[in-house]
Amino acid sequence: MIFQVINMSFALPEIFMMVMACIVLLVSAFMGKDSSSVSYWLSQFTLLITAFIIYLSISGTGGITFYGSYIKDPLSDILKLSICIINIFVLSYSWYYLKVRNLFNGEYYALATFATLGMLIMVSSTHFITLYLGLELLSLCLYAMVAMKRKSAMATEAAMKYFILGALASGMLLYGMSIIYGATGSLSLASISTAIQIGHLDNTVLSFGLVFLTIGIGFKFGAVPFHMWLPDVYHGAPTAVTLFISTAPKIAAFSMIMRLFVDGLENLHQYWQGMLIVLSVLSMIIGNVVAIAQTNLKRMLAYSTISHVGFLLLGVLSGTNEGYAASMFYVLIYALTTSGSFGMIILMGRNGFEADNISDYKGMNERNPWFAFMMLILMFSMAGIPPMAGFYTKLMVIKSLISVDLILLAIIAVLMSVVGAFYYLRMIKVMYFENPIEQIKLQAPIDIRILFSSNALLVLLIGIFPSSLMTICITIFS
Amino acid sequence: MFDLIIYTLFPNVGLILLIIVPLMLGVAYLTYVERKIIGYIQVRIGPNRVGPFGLLQPIADGLKLALKEVIFPAQSNLYLFLVAPVLAIGPALAAWAVMPFDAGLILATIDAGLLYILAITSMGVYGIVIAGWASNSRYAFLGALRSAAQVVSYEIAMGFSLVGVLIAAGSLNMGEIVVAQEGGIINWFWLPLFPLFIVYFISGVAETNRAPFDMAEGESEIVAGFHVEYSGMAFAVFFLAEYADMILISMLAAVMFFGGWLSPFQGIPGLEKLFSWVPGLVWLLSKTCIFLFFYLWLRATFPRYRYDQVMRLGWKIFIPVTLFWLVVVAIAQVYDIGFWFTEMEVADTLVQGV
Amino acid sequence: MQHLIFYSFASILLFTSMMVIIVRNPVRAALCLVLSFFTSAAIWLFLEAEFLAITLVLVYVGAVMVLFLFVVMMLDIAETPLQEGFTRYFHVGIFVAFVITIEMIAVLGASHFGLGILPSPIEHPEGYSNTKALGRLLYTIYVYPFEISAVILTVAIVAAITLTLRKKKRKTQDPADQIKVCREDRIRIVKMSVASPQKDNEEVES
Repeated sequence: MIFQVINMSFALPEIFMMVMACIVLLVSAFMGKDSSSVSYWLSQFTLLITAFIIYLSISGTGGITFYGSYIKDPLSDILKLSICIINIFVLSYSWYYLKVRNLFNGEYYALATFATLGMLIMVSSTHFITLYLGLELLSLCLYAMVAMKRKSAMATEAAMKYFILGALASGMLLYGMSIIYGATGSLSLASISTAIQIGHLDNTVLSFGLVFLTIGIGFKFGAVPFHMWLPDVYHGAPTAVTLFISTAPKIAAFSMIMRLFVDGLENLHQYWQGMLIVLSVLSMIIGNVVAIAQTNLKRMLAYSTISHVGFLLLGVLSGTNEGYAASMFYVLIYALTTSGSFGMIILMGRNGFEADNISDYKGMNERNPWFAFMMLILMFSMAGIPPMAGFYTKLMVIKSLISVDLILLAIIAVLMSVVGAFYYLRMIKVMYFENPIEQIKLQAPIDIRILFSSNALLVLLIGIFPSSLMTICITIFS
Repeated sequence: MFDLIIYTLFPNVGLILLIIVPLMLGVAYLTYVERKIIGYIQVRIGPNRVGPFGLLQPIADGLKLALKEVIFPAQSNLYLFLVAPVLAIGPALAAWAVMPFDAGLILATIDAGLLYILAITSMGVYGIVIAGWASNSRYAFLGALRSAAQVVSYEIAMGFSLVGVLIAAGSLNMGEIVVAQEGGIINWFWLPLFPLFIVYFISGVAETNRAPFDMAEGESEIVAGFHVEYSGMAFAVFFLAEYADMILISMLAAVMFFGGWLSPFQGIPGLEKLFSWVPGLVWLLSKTCIFLFFYLWLRATFPRYRYDQVMRLGWKIFIPVTLFWLVVVAIAQVYDIGFWFTEMEVADTLVQGV
Repeated sequence: MQHLIFYSFASILLFTSMMVIIVRNPVRAALCLVLSFFTSAAIWLFLEAEFLAITLVLVYVGAVMVLFLFVVMMLDIAETPLQEGFTRYFHVGIFVAFVITIEMIAVLGASHFGLGILPSPIEHPEGYSNTKALGRLLYTIYVYPFEISAVILTVAIVAAITLTLRKKKRKTQDPADQIKVCREDRIRIVKMSVASPQKDNEEVES
């Protein structure tokens, strides 16, 4: 073992974020009751500066440091940057939600910052241990955030389910990792990859470990049949937390699957492709069909998440660079659209009223045509109707499937997106063609309105000019 | 197999007995000394009836306990009820295996001796918890809960203060820790690690559930705590465990902070020669006796702490103090400040074959 | 001899691990878990991993399980409700357990992890210190994961406190405040004119 000089500058975003998270924590501990606005602004500042640091380093050289446990490559740069930006949106929405309801103190923002740190760590890990630790850091923060509304029975139940199933999933993941370690004798993804390439390894053991890894990833993603926790958690958690869970962590989960399956185990593609096909087909079918029956918007979005996870896995399982790029594009657009959709729920709600039933949106058009239009953009994008961004994401994924001759899968995907369109369009029908139950004008401060509008318009903008983001995704994988 | 028993098992059993028998005698006479000293502090005479100066009192007490009936409370969990005293005394005796009595005079020279002691003593709490639970008595259960919380809390502070010692000595081996303090009274670790020593000793008092931290027994509140239902020999075993622990903590204080078997006159020209005939064991034992006296002195002087005060002291004062001093010690060690800290072998050949 | 010790520890470990799930009384189950931790620590000693073994005892047996036992005893869980649904899912459970065991044996057995494939570790030379070796690894090669673990522990404590801390009016006295009290805080001397008894009497009469 040669003593290496650790290149700290690669990890500058993480180091900065960790220091700032501790500062946010101290501020909220010492200011007590009225710390929330200070810690909110501090954490926003942290995200902004971190995003800036990452942006500056994009053009710089990449590489592996910390003895092969940290990687800086274009994929990690772009994913980290988007995680920070998405979280800036998410935290702004949550701040409004929490301020109106007078919930939680500064710890919420401290936990959110730590969770973001966990995502960054996950994104740039090339080592089983770092990957797992980043995931645990993220999950631990999320469990606590779900449970923070202590007096709500639903939130507690959600947190309980999330925690127990999350712990189970972590156990599965660790077991899979240890078996693969047993077969290859290494924990670093790069050396695992070379060990498999050289061959002479026990494929039975490797695929056995792979099963557990897939189960772990399935749980964390919420892919069918490991999806049971997802609707309850989305429904039970305070909307601000649901928003947080459903956006940036999905990007981190995408990076996890890329690191594990593509960076580490790409040579086992024939093994994991089959497993992922099962997961994704089931997810698309169950997610889309069950979502139709939902009357609660948060639950409906939860099932729609499951179906989107199915689509996302389609790109990965195609096993081509084109497919990976499609999945990445998919997850980025998905995070942006979901943040807007939950943002709408937050915008509509007020203290003591969660606008989480679909019937609450009756006659939105009469109450506020602009917001109804914004929601229309988001729902069209989710359904995959051109010219919204969601259309191109689905198109890219299906194209990548066809290019590897998985025609049947492509047909199922198209069929399922037609089924999915049904409930997104129902939402639009409710907003535009039904009479409002209450006539109260929407009251939200101007900053949150601008935020929501820009979020929705960004989805539209990317839909009209998809090429720039698409090119970024494609160049990363070529 | 037979050879093995003859050549390794028998000598070891002999050595173990060589430690345990004097220890038991020490425990017996510690109770005598305790009653005498507390008597004098409170201007009483103490035991003086059995034998000259009451010197046979502990033997009389032992006989009495041995002849008493062991009562099993109704509805108690009999098996656990009987296992509990064993679980209390086992760790209290096992910890002595790595105690260095003199240069080379040690039962088991293991590299992680300090950790071994920490791990083994931390298991003593099971005896108390199980005793409290198996007795099926409110008082016993309350005592057990109090004790468990207290022991777990103070273990952290105690562990941290011993980490300071191992940083200063650069070793976990008990013998090497003593050797690292060679060179007279100012070379002993009590001086550079003074805050840690204070924390260690007070935590030690709390660990053994002695006054003023004896909430686990709290005669005036919960009758006698976890062993309220025990009588006769079963009670005596708890008693032995508690006193053996006291001696252990005192001797550890001597080993960790006061140079173990080393003579206090080392490095002083005239006196060093004068006392060179004294064996190291005597020095160690006399240092231990001083700390044992502190135990008794504390008991005779201070009123019992209230429960929340105990917890506050442990978590909010001791742990921060030890953490701070650990940083100080680490800095002093790395930058070679002062003459106490032995030069660490620098990360010579980095781990091979990773 | 070594084999004898190993197999006795291993069988105790297996037995107690089984007991953890079979035993109905939760306190006994927790105690079995303690024993199984202890025996696995003993088995680690065979690998000359004394630091890990002792730390396992120190952390899990000495601290974690004590708190666990603490909670189990405090909750005072009744023994019967735990069996609900046991018979209902028994068949399925047995079937799944059987299949998994067969699979595990097939994959993790000697044919894949035997001594021929993974040779037993070489004995370390005299003077090898497991503690030093681990310390060197942790602070060099694994420094990044090590720091992340520190962050995780911080988050765990923050989360635990956020979820449980309730601001209550505490009844404890503050000794410093008690000492600071001076006479003026407690006693007020009121000067009153001495009423003449005659006057009182008059008032009563009138």
